[in-house]
Amino acid sequence: MCVNCGCSDHNDTQLVNPKTGESVFLNTNNNSHHFHTHTLPDGTVITHSHTHPNHGELSQVAPKTRNTTISLEEDILAKNSLIAAQNRGWLKGRNVFAVNFMSSPGAGKTTLLIRTIKDLKNTLNISVIVGDQETTNDSQKIRETSCPVIQINTGAGCHLDAAMIEQGLEKLNPLPDSVVMIENVGNLVCPALFDLGENIKVVIISVTEGEDKPIKYPHIFRTSQVMIITKIDLLPYLQFDVQKCIEYARHINPKICIFQVSALTGTGLESWYKWLTRSVS
Amino acid sequence: MHELGITQNIVAIVTEHAQGAKVQRVLLQIGKLSAIMPDAIRFCFDICSQGTVLEKAKLEILETPGLGKCCECGLEVPLEKPFGRCQCGSSQIDVIAGEELKIKEIEIEEVCV
Repeated sequence: MCVNCGCSDHNDTQLVNPKTGESVFLNTNNNSHHFHTHTLPDGTVITHSHTHPNHGELSQVAPKTRNTTISLEEDILAKNSLIAAQNRGWLKGRNVFAVNFMSSPGAGKTTLLIRTIKDLKNTLNISVIVGDQETTNDSQKIRETSCPVIQINTGAGCHLDAAMIEQGLEKLNPLPDSVVMIENVGNLVCPALFDLGENIKVVIISVTEGEDKPIKYPHIFRTSQVMIITKIDLLPYLQFDVQKCIEYARHINPKICIFQVSALTGTGLESWYKWLTRSVS
Repeated sequence: MHELGITQNIVAIVTEHAQGAKVQRVLLQIGKLSAIMPDAIRFCFDICSQGTVLEKAKLEILETPGLGKCCECGLEVPLEKPFGRCQCGSSQIDVIAGEELKIKEIEIEEVCV
């Protein structure tokens, strides 16, 4: 069971290096709670571990019990936040700028990433961590740009969490003074809750979706610093109301920075690139 | 449906603190703006607690209302959603309450020696 995040079991989370084909199962389980201490009647203190789940031996030792209330005040996502803070330090120490891209599936994260990598290859040193439930398709596409990439397959998990990024960063080993682009699992709900230690969060919405996505999924639009509207080359064929979408986004998050782009035709990319390179430096 | 994962996390944290003792009651604090549905947590809790020290424990959830503070005029604004508008017209509102996602307390069965 995953203790590091709020997600499902990590046992089936895989990290794949598409270059070598090497894949490893991430072990983010924390079984340290199985170690515990007993004080024996003669005062001896023993610490030991055991893996059986029922811990039933206590009731056999002494059948008399009373109820005690323990105040915990523990944040359920505290462990994720702690690992995220460690990631932030790891990145800061190497002067690596990390961007977390989030969107619903099919909004164009991979296409925008590939175009950005190609267009900025002489300006920025970019490497990528890609999250998907299954397949290495996205990392294969990104690898064709000859950019270093690591794929994380979350299995049943619906988002990336800080522990996955921690191991992904170690494996990816990005160069100092570089940029790490994190492509989150396509999902507008859960990624909003999980801090990865990134510098900025970018939410992507394509014009083939409804313009009311910002008010339907307010959490992700509120935690993001940037919103990129993609596929604007398709606007003549669609009912998507760009102004309304921007209004909704600004209502949720007045400080959000908004770009309108087409990764296919290149429209609007210049201002996104300018913003990104300025933020990195 | 991240509530399932969140509930597994709750079970793991409580199990860690209970140190083998049987858990009778768990009190959670879930803010109305936390993107977590208490009903979904209740639904998952019975399943996730099976076979653990939390099995049959009573789950209590304290829901805290959303509250924001206007960045322009400083007025406190009650919030139903994680955004809103202040009387002064500004929608720049800092959420100051309602995003809690905490295990407040647990009640365990302790052995009297």
